[in-house]
Amino acid sequence: MSPNTSDAAPPDGGAFAVAAPKTVLTGEDIGRALRRMAHEIIERNHGLDAVVLVGIQRGGVWVAERLAAVIEAIESKKVPVGVLDATFHRDDIGMRPVQHGFASQIPVPLDGAIVVLVDDVLYTGRTVRAALEALNDYGRPKAVQLAVVVDRGHRELPIRPDYVGKNLPTSRIESVQVTPEMVTIVGGAG
Amino acid sequence: MSHLRSIADLDRDRALGLLSLADSMAEINARPIPKVPALRGRTVVSLFFEDSTRTRLSFETAAKRLSADTMNFSVSTSSVNKGESLRDTIETITAMGVDAFVVRHKSTGVPWQISRWTDASIVNAGDGWHQHPTQALLDAFTIRRRLSVTGDFAGLHVAIVGDIKHSRVARSDVQLLTLLGAKVTLVAPASLLPPSLEGWGVEVSNSLDAVIDRIDVLYLLRMQMERQEQSLVPSLGEYSVRFGLTESRARRLQSHALVMHPGPMNRGVEIVVDPAELPGSAILDQVTNGVSVRMAVLFDLLGSGTGLHETSGGAL
Repeated sequence: MSPNTSDAAPPDGGAFAVAAPKTVLTGEDIGRALRRMAHEIIERNHGLDAVVLVGIQRGGVWVAERLAAVIEAIESKKVPVGVLDATFHRDDIGMRPVQHGFASQIPVPLDGAIVVLVDDVLYTGRTVRAALEALNDYGRPKAVQLAVVVDRGHRELPIRPDYVGKNLPTSRIESVQVTPEMVTIVGGAG
Repeated sequence: MSHLRSIADLDRDRALGLLSLADSMAEINARPIPKVPALRGRTVVSLFFEDSTRTRLSFETAAKRLSADTMNFSVSTSSVNKGESLRDTIETITAMGVDAFVVRHKSTGVPWQISRWTDASIVNAGDGWHQHPTQALLDAFTIRRRLSVTGDFAGLHVAIVGDIKHSRVARSDVQLLTLLGAKVTLVAPASLLPPSLEGWGVEVSNSLDAVIDRIDVLYLLRMQMERQEQSLVPSLGEYSVRFGLTESRARRLQSHALVMHPGPMNRGVEIVVDPAELPGSAILDQVTNGVSVRMAVLFDLLGSGTGLHETSGGAL
C-alpha cells in the first residue's frame, strides 16, 4: 500500500463512490403511479363507500392528500382524509429520539370504515404495525388496507402493502427519500 | 433532560418542544380510547409530603394514559410516621425498581436532594415557595391554546396578582413566561412581594386597576388565609377590594383577555365574580391541560430516547 493511499480509498484510486443521490422516479412518474393506485383503490372497494384515507405522519400526509385529489377527479366524490401519528405506539420508544408535534387528526368515526393507511416508504413494517395499533384507539374499522409510494423491501414483520407505486430493491445502508417531485436513493456504494 | 426540577432546567427550545409534545398528548386525550402504550413497563411513584388534589391526580392520570405503572405514597400511612428518614424512604422505594419520582414537599430543594439518592428521574411537583414547573408549563400551554399563539410569547402581557412572596407558582410562571418572551407585571401589596426582584425581569405595580385594561392574561394567585394572621394584609375584605377580580374589574378586561388561577380558589377573596360566567375564564382548561402537559413531561423524561431532538433517520 502506498503511503498516500488510505485504507478506505476506492480500489481504482478515483473519488470515493458514495452517493450522488440517484433519482428513481420523477414527479411525472409519481403522478402516474398515484393515478393507478387511485383506480385500484376504487376498483377493489367497488366505489368509495366507507373509504377513509389516513396518512401516516409525516411522510404519508401529502401522499394521502394527493391520492384524495386524484380520486375526487376520477369519481367526482370527496373521500375523507385523516392524519395519524403513531409515535406513542412504536416499539422502539426510548431507543431513539422521537419526533413530535405532529398530532393525529381523524375527521370521521372509524367504526365500520374501510381505512386505507397511506405512507411514502414501506421498509421494516414497524411504523405500519404501530399505526395499526394506534388506529384501534379510534374505533374498529371494517378493513384496513395499505398504500405506499415505494416498497423498498427488508420487512421485519408480516406486513404486505395492498397498493404500491413502485417496488424498489434497496440495500439497508441506502436511504430512500420521497417528495412530491421525485424519489431518490441516497447513500450506499455508487 | 433526566429531571424536571425547575424551569431553569429548560431553555427556550426545550420549553417550546414540550409544549408541542403536549399538543400531541391533548390529541390522545381527545380519542375515544385515550391511552397509548408508550411508557409500558415504566413505574412512576408519587411522593407527596404535602396535601394536593389536582396535581397528584393529574400526574397519576398522565402516567396511566401513557400506560406507566403508578405507585402512590402518602405520608400519613407510611413508615415516615415510624421515624423513617427521607433518604431511607427514597432508597427503599428505589430498590423496588422505579423510573420516576413525582415529588411535593414543603421544603425548598428537596427534589435536588432526592436526586442524589436515586437514579430515577425527578419531577418537582412543588417544593416550598420555590418551584412548580409543571404548573408553569400547563399555564403556558393554556395561554398558547386559548390565544392561538404560534411560536413564542413576544407581545403578550401577563399580570400575576396576589401573594407573590410565598408562591412557587409565581416563581415558575415568571421564569417560563419571560423565557418565552412575554411581558410580566406583578401586582401585589409590598408586604406580599419578595424582598428583591433582581433578575426576575418583571414590572411591578401595586394597583390592579392601573393594568387591568391593558393585559392579555390576568393570573390570580390563591390568597392563603394564614397571611392575614401574619398581618401581611389588613383584612381579606380589604385585599379583595384592592386586588380581587370584582364584577366592575371584569368588565374592564379586554374582550380576548384570559382569567387564570392555579386553584384551589378562594371565592370572595381573590375572585369575587363567578368564574363560570366569565367568557375569558381558562381555569378549567388549566386542569384539563395539566394532564396533557404532565404526559409530555413524563414521556420526555422516560420515553424519548436522547431527549427533544429531531431524528435524522429515514422512514422505518
